[in-house]
Amino acid sequence: MRRRLKLAEKRRAAVELALKQLGKIICEQIENREFPWIMLQSRSTDNIVYDPELRQYVLGDRVIRRHSRNIRHIRPFTQLIWTAWFARELLKLRKTSTLREVYYSARGLRDIEFKSQDESDEIITDLETALNMPRESFNIYPEERSAIFGDLTIEYTVPGYEGKRLNLTEHPDGMMIGPALSTAEIVETSADKVLVIEKGAMFTRLIEEKAHKRFNAILIHTAGQAPRATRTLIKRLNEEHGLPVYLFTDGDPWGMHIAMVIISGSANAAHLRGLATPDAKWIGVWATDIIRYKLPTENLTDKDVKRLKELKRDPRYQGELWQREIDTFMEIGQKAELEAFSRYGLTYIVDRYLPDKLEEAGA
Amino acid sequence: MSEAIYKSISPSDFFYRNREIAGFSNPSRAMYSAIRELVENSLDACEIRGVPPDIYIRIREVSETGSGTSIYALRVEDNGTGVPPEHIPRCFGQVLYGSKYILKQSRGTFGLGGTITILYGQITTHKPVRVTSSTGGDIHEYEMMIDIVHNKPIILSHRVRANRAGWRGTAVELYLEGDYSRSMYRIYEYLKQTAMVNPYAEITFIDPRGRLYRFERVTEEMPPPPRAVKPHPQGADVETYRRLIAITGEKTMRGFMTRHFQGVGPATAEKFLQEAGIDPGKNPKSLSPEELVKLVRAAREFNGFQRPDPSCLSPIGEHLLEMGIRKELGLTDDDFLKVVQRRPSTYLGYPFIVEAAIAYGKTIERRLGRGIKIYRFANRIPLLFDESSGVVWKVVHKIINWGTYKVSPDSPMVVVVHVCSTKIPYKTVGKEYMADQPEVEREITNALRSIARHLRLYISRRIRLAKERRRLSIFEKYLPKIAEFSAKLCDREKPPNIKPLLKAVSLEVSEAESPLREVPKLEEEA
Repeated sequence: MRRRLKLAEKRRAAVELALKQLGKIICEQIENREFPWIMLQSRSTDNIVYDPELRQYVLGDRVIRRHSRNIRHIRPFTQLIWTAWFARELLKLRKTSTLREVYYSARGLRDIEFKSQDESDEIITDLETALNMPRESFNIYPEERSAIFGDLTIEYTVPGYEGKRLNLTEHPDGMMIGPALSTAEIVETSADKVLVIEKGAMFTRLIEEKAHKRFNAILIHTAGQAPRATRTLIKRLNEEHGLPVYLFTDGDPWGMHIAMVIISGSANAAHLRGLATPDAKWIGVWATDIIRYKLPTENLTDKDVKRLKELKRDPRYQGELWQREIDTFMEIGQKAELEAFSRYGLTYIVDRYLPDKLEEAGA
Repeated sequence: MSEAIYKSISPSDFFYRNREIAGFSNPSRAMYSAIRELVENSLDACEIRGVPPDIYIRIREVSETGSGTSIYALRVEDNGTGVPPEHIPRCFGQVLYGSKYILKQSRGTFGLGGTITILYGQITTHKPVRVTSSTGGDIHEYEMMIDIVHNKPIILSHRVRANRAGWRGTAVELYLEGDYSRSMYRIYEYLKQTAMVNPYAEITFIDPRGRLYRFERVTEEMPPPPRAVKPHPQGADVETYRRLIAITGEKTMRGFMTRHFQGVGPATAEKFLQEAGIDPGKNPKSLSPEELVKLVRAAREFNGFQRPDPSCLSPIGEHLLEMGIRKELGLTDDDFLKVVQRRPSTYLGYPFIVEAAIAYGKTIERRLGRGIKIYRFANRIPLLFDESSGVVWKVVHKIINWGTYKVSPDSPMVVVVHVCSTKIPYKTVGKEYMADQPEVEREITNALRSIARHLRLYISRRIRLAKERRRLSIFEKYLPKIAEFSAKLCDREKPPNIKPLLKAVSLEVSEAESPLREVPKLEEEA
């Protein structure tokens, strides 16, 4: 237990040091009668490239200098320094904050106040880029929360709960993946796989049907696009604990992409490493499943078709499976939601579909 | 078939029947014209005496007429030369009598204005005029009326008083029918603009409502008085040549040209006459009518003459005009003001000088609003009517492309143009606006363009300065915050000193600011 706590403490200290270092550099620049500046990797679209080796999007070599001598840079520069200070305060006080709270915390601060949450989100991303650390490491989390359920024991590192352990089957609705769970250490698990589900209704159904036992799996609910903390957790379960990951989404281009972001990362987070789980597998719902299981469908909309065409060209989708499924969607012009399985009764999905698909995936 | 009746009428009778041409067409216009005529006579009288004018104007409402107008008592008093007592009755009681029949610039031309005002007062109220004047000795006070049919003064009383205080000047008091409320704005504008081009005059005005307006003197300095001069060879017409030939004692054309015209020496005369194809030794009196016309035409074409002698003209001068404009517009050092005086030029043989000014800036925006405002002057008289028909309007709104000078139609700007000449090219008898004589138009255009080039520099500097100031204020806002939070971020007690950085930025500002303090010098346009 002490060892684990020390680890969390070490990580926290490293982040604090990086923030402190940033402050020191700025102070020294001013003392040298220099307008303060920092270097950042450029996040403009032409500097985002797909790294086939890492199997995720990364930033290219271009760097930009954010210079307070530049009249257009000085405001975001000031906001960046304030945000760094705010993050350090969070770490010092061992508090967490949401993106929205950061926006509100600057309210009423003259000359720092953000015009909108978009602006503060952007500055936080700048800070991530400058420090090369995800915002979660300086205790800033997004609003969306996803959930986890299964035989997994964790040990908290957050203040007041240090050393406290919890088994994640203890609450039948699942446990929210928040700051406390994200920073918790993984102690042990009897599961041999992770099953990631896009939708809350299906997650609840799987818990009710004891899918975690039947498939010996940890269940994770992403609630749409998986938040970064969830992606980090999935990656840790996969890489640190050797659990294969299977992704189960709606049968449409949007569901497909939820799976892909978990596998290969998003362009938005190209400045960060450690979010992607390249070995995760998308097991459904495939376009070919719609035909095979005669699922109730809806017609593809124009937006769906447009999105499919984009994905077809995307470097992450060049694998055989993805190309085949995209083509099939286009051919049949249909899509199916996870809920479509209710047509065959409430247990069909755990009795028939999932066993089939997991077996095909080699689980 | 009826028989035509031929009969001559007196000048008084003529102006009585045609009073609208002199500006007395209706009660409100008449009120304005009366003040203008008397004030101009007063200003001329002071300038002839060579003292800074002290003009006192008072209008008192006597009674209402019942038709929306009123009877007013108008008094205008000055400290000018005064009129010798023996001339007073005819000067003020006879049309076309006066001291202005000489070749030099003055405000009125015919000694008409004062008398026509008195005439108008008499026919609308049937009351006599009272003229009080002294040339330094006794004070003479006349009460009189005009015999319109015979163009003669009728003296009702003449009193002589001892002049213990040594007063010199003239006071005219008369009654007239007028409409003050409708002429109020123009009277105020007229006095303000008059004060603008006569900064050495002190003008006091008490209006019928008892309000006092004072236009203060800001300098004792006056422009040099005009001198009578010989005609310029290009400025004289056939009739002038003919008259000069009639009176000359010279026996050769060479001598004739040299003696009777300004700026012509023997060499120039020789060269010119040769070019004109006229024998320099020829006797002027033997010139044929055809040769005379040829001579006048050749004079217009010849460019070997000196420029016309401007000493018969009385421009205000750049310095005085600048003082007057600055004072009446209330300009500050921050506003732009540039005055130029062009070199003398001629049109149809008359010498003239254009003086022009442009004022631009915040003060004008505050006091007059946005947009281009024009002040026109002819021989130091403000022109207030028919602005859009005149040559200045044409130059400002049709000829000059202000965009070139970074001026937009809603820029806060005042354009001042003064034309002085022995003959102002008025377009109408009412003398409301100047015609677009090509030479005059060109001079006005060149004057305004040369100022506008300075203005363009001023405006670009303002834009740059405003930008630099904005930049500085941004640095002043953000740098302290950067210092504060970066210090907190690395647990330092005191934020680093940002003063050197701010100083570096404000140095740039003062660099942008410094050239503003003096009007930039430019090469003059030829």
